[in-house]
Amino acid sequence: MRLPQKKLSIRIDGELISAVEGQTILQAAKANGKYIPTLCDLEGLTPVGACRLCIVEISGTDRLFPACTTPIQDGMSVTTASTRLAHHRRISVELLLVERNHTCAVCVSNGHCELQSLASAMGISTVRFAYNYPKLGVDLSHPRFVLDHNRCILCTRCVRACADLEGAHVWEITSRGIHSRIVSDLNQKWGESRSCTNCGKCVQACPTGALAAKGCAVEEMVKRADNISSLVHRREVQV
Amino acid sequence: MKKVKVATVWLDGCSGCHMSLLDMDAAIISLAQKIDLVYGPLVDAQEFPEDVDVTLVEGAVSSQDDVNKLQKIRQRSHLVIALGDCAVTGNVPAMRNSFPVNKLLQRIYVEGAQVGKVIPTDGVPSLLKQARPLREFVTVDLCLPGCPPPAKTIAAVISDLVDGRKRETGLAVKFG
Repeated sequence: MRLPQKKLSIRIDGELISAVEGQTILQAAKANGKYIPTLCDLEGLTPVGACRLCIVEISGTDRLFPACTTPIQDGMSVTTASTRLAHHRRISVELLLVERNHTCAVCVSNGHCELQSLASAMGISTVRFAYNYPKLGVDLSHPRFVLDHNRCILCTRCVRACADLEGAHVWEITSRGIHSRIVSDLNQKWGESRSCTNCGKCVQACPTGALAAKGCAVEEMVKRADNISSLVHRREVQV
Repeated sequence: MKKVKVATVWLDGCSGCHMSLLDMDAAIISLAQKIDLVYGPLVDAQEFPEDVDVTLVEGAVSSQDDVNKLQKIRQRSHLVIALGDCAVTGNVPAMRNSFPVNKLLQRIYVEGAQVGKVIPTDGVPSLLKQARPLREFVTVDLCLPGCPPPAKTIAAVISDLVDGRKRETGLAVKFG
């Protein structure tokens, strides 16, 4: 038997909203039609607060909080859009753009990329930082899929889709900081991974062209990240 | 009415941005009556003129020759516009950036060549270590990303400048 859920009252951008205890700020905002930009969040997967795009202001503190991992509290007053937030969100996107080689023009995900469309939505026409142009590899060892580290933003949606949903735990992050990389199994080639079930959930969850189906040309990789979310919801249905 | 002096420059790019510039359909006729195209791949001028109102620069900065050109352009232009992803981000020309230049040339002109296996040095400028965006060398007044930027966007920006408006925001922008 499910216990009745406790209702909490919070304010989002001044508007009084009734939310359920245990929800995050992002969930409460979405349930009430409020938009907060996200990149690493994918409905149904455990939130991790990796991309810092969903940062919000909370009254009574100067710190900025990621909406995806911060639970709501009764009486909380949240601001989702301000000059300060826009400034920090823009810097986050610019840093993602310069960190690796996001050559949109020749990317399989051109036109269907969440990073690219966020940059457009924010009106980013140039960045203030120097491009890093790192030398990164492409793993072509898997028979059906490709891992291109050049496009990876380390959002860990693949890691979580594989662990939370498929239960295979193929993906992990190795190293730290600028040297961080997505690795399969114990840093083996993807094609040699013994735990990969070839289900492709990681590919659908990936917001950029980092994970793609093999054989796609520029602009051809269209993903259905919403399928991951609906899969999670269907599993929660008790018959 | 005094015509606005416009120049276009082609650095390390594919000329696709220039194609997009020419692709603005009927708008090019009314625009042509208001601008004087004083320099660029589309006209004959040999020397970059003094006192240009707007210069559209396509391509990344890839050689010392590009740097010299760009600095001269900056000195002689009131407004410099980075036209397209190569000028704004480095884009495709920058895909060579993680390889040493000598290895790159060796691979293409020697290992990859069927005949005449020699790295060209005569009449071609030597490459910089990396191809990099314009703003790392000079001040850029406006960036128009895109590969290429849509003709409509280019037309809108030039028309605004011709009519004395400088558009900073509200432009539809997209990398790639």
